[in-house]
Amino acid sequence: MERVLLTQGAEGRVYDTKWLGRSVLVKERFIKKYRHPDLDAHITRERIKAEARALTRCRTFGIKTPIVYDVDFTTNEIFLEKISNSCTVRNYIYESVSKKLPMDSSVMMHLAERIGRVLNKLHANHIIHGDLTTSNMLLVPPYDSSDIILIDFGLSSVDEHAEDKAVDLYVLERAILSTHPNTEPLVKHLLNSYKVAGSRSAEDIIIRLDEVRLRGRKKLCFG
Amino acid sequence: MVTVIGLEGSANKIGIGIIQDGKVLANPRRTYITPPGQGFVPHDTAKHHQANVLEVLQQALSEADVKPEDIDAVAYTKGPGMAAPLISVAVVARTIAQLWSKPIVAVNHCIGHIEMGRLITGAENPTVLYVSGGNTQIIAYLEKRYRIFGETIDIAVGNCFDRFARVLMLSNDPSPGYNIEQMAKKGKKYLPLPYGVKGMDVSFSGLLTYLEERAEKLIKTGQYSKADLCFSLQETVFAMLVETTERAMAHCGSNEVLICGGVGCNLRLQEMMGKMCEERGAHLYATDESFCIDNGAMIAQAGYLMFKSGIKTNMEDTWVTQRYRTDDVPVSWRD
Repeated sequence: MERVLLTQGAEGRVYDTKWLGRSVLVKERFIKKYRHPDLDAHITRERIKAEARALTRCRTFGIKTPIVYDVDFTTNEIFLEKISNSCTVRNYIYESVSKKLPMDSSVMMHLAERIGRVLNKLHANHIIHGDLTTSNMLLVPPYDSSDIILIDFGLSSVDEHAEDKAVDLYVLERAILSTHPNTEPLVKHLLNSYKVAGSRSAEDIIIRLDEVRLRGRKKLCFG
Repeated sequence: MVTVIGLEGSANKIGIGIIQDGKVLANPRRTYITPPGQGFVPHDTAKHHQANVLEVLQQALSEADVKPEDIDAVAYTKGPGMAAPLISVAVVARTIAQLWSKPIVAVNHCIGHIEMGRLITGAENPTVLYVSGGNTQIIAYLEKRYRIFGETIDIAVGNCFDRFARVLMLSNDPSPGYNIEQMAKKGKKYLPLPYGVKGMDVSFSGLLTYLEERAEKLIKTGQYSKADLCFSLQETVFAMLVETTERAMAHCGSNEVLICGGVGCNLRLQEMMGKMCEERGAHLYATDESFCIDNGAMIAQAGYLMFKSGIKTNMEDTWVTQRYRTDDVPVSWRD
């Protein structure tokens, strides 16, 4: 089947192709020559499994993710639903910045709320994404009211501990602040929405997040 | 011509370098080496620096063949680092600045590493992997800051190496990491270890505990040799670092990598990073131990750039701090 390369990321290529007469995306993970072959094979396999599992698991809890059609361990490929006319949250924020929209505007606050809510739902069901960034969240038209669609679950895991959920949020917080300057109000509102959307466990996770912040950022930093 | 002298002593090295318009005139250094199985504690490290700093200063001036009056500014490490060693060196910096009536510039240690790496390699706008005993950060320049895209969420990679070297009772001379690297060359059998990648962040404490709990038994039973464990440690840890660096590059659309910090002189890390760069058509910049490992010239170079862009530190602000984030510093000298 003919394939059109769409993107080449850090660990895989994404192609547009046909699968049983349907227009789909294929995500292929390629061999990393710098890695020890045992380690490489192990990581690749684990990530394909993690991705397929988490994508499906999310859907059973009503969290929007692409449908998984097929997984092929011989070619290290995963066949996914193609989400048409999507826009990453990253580009949506860039677009808003170029339109001179302030980061504390109602449009941005509404975005933060939607992200906070979906992440709360994800964590309430013990799914850890593992690589939350604004590039791994999609919007479909109309963007201003679209649900958040989560993608790229290769680093995901299932875990009940507050620690892993807090680290998940920490990764996102850092990714947003380093990619999009001056987004502190957005992050603050996002975390607040996360907290109010859930039960007491969400509060515990936010408290844990404060501890995680202190650990990496401040504790050991010399040499 | 602008000449800047830089004093560094944030960890177990005391170094003084003199930079003149991008040229390193002198860069002597002394390292405080502890017996196998022991790390360096702040108090003794400070005593080492106090005992050596004047001799190193004398050496720097005579090697560079400059007189105090030829120097335009004095730069010193403000932080991050261990308090007692930092203070010992800051006192000397303040003294010579006042004695010679020169302006003083307080420098962030991490920025020193980045700027020295850029100077030596000629890298324009690289994604920086800064790996040392106290720091593990993936940094890229964006809008007047060195922004941290990924970093360790617990211990630094060099700290993980140092502590594992203590478990194996490897020598700390010239550094524990160097001896792990030599040992790893003889390793063959790969032991799967916990792989701690969280987005663009990394974690090493789980891996270290895993090894600390099992190393003795694995060696005693003959399942793995010390060399195998060093090899497995390096392969796993460096794969994590290369992977997160690549992710940051993809994220920022960058095609240059600069490795700096003490762990950066590990040739296996450089080799793995080189392969990754090759696969994606990027370029790797790395330096050898004279500039990877803490030294005075890197502080002089960062101080030089700051001084040229008009930055001077008031004498009452020449304190030190153990905690000083790379992204706290406004980078006024770059576009």
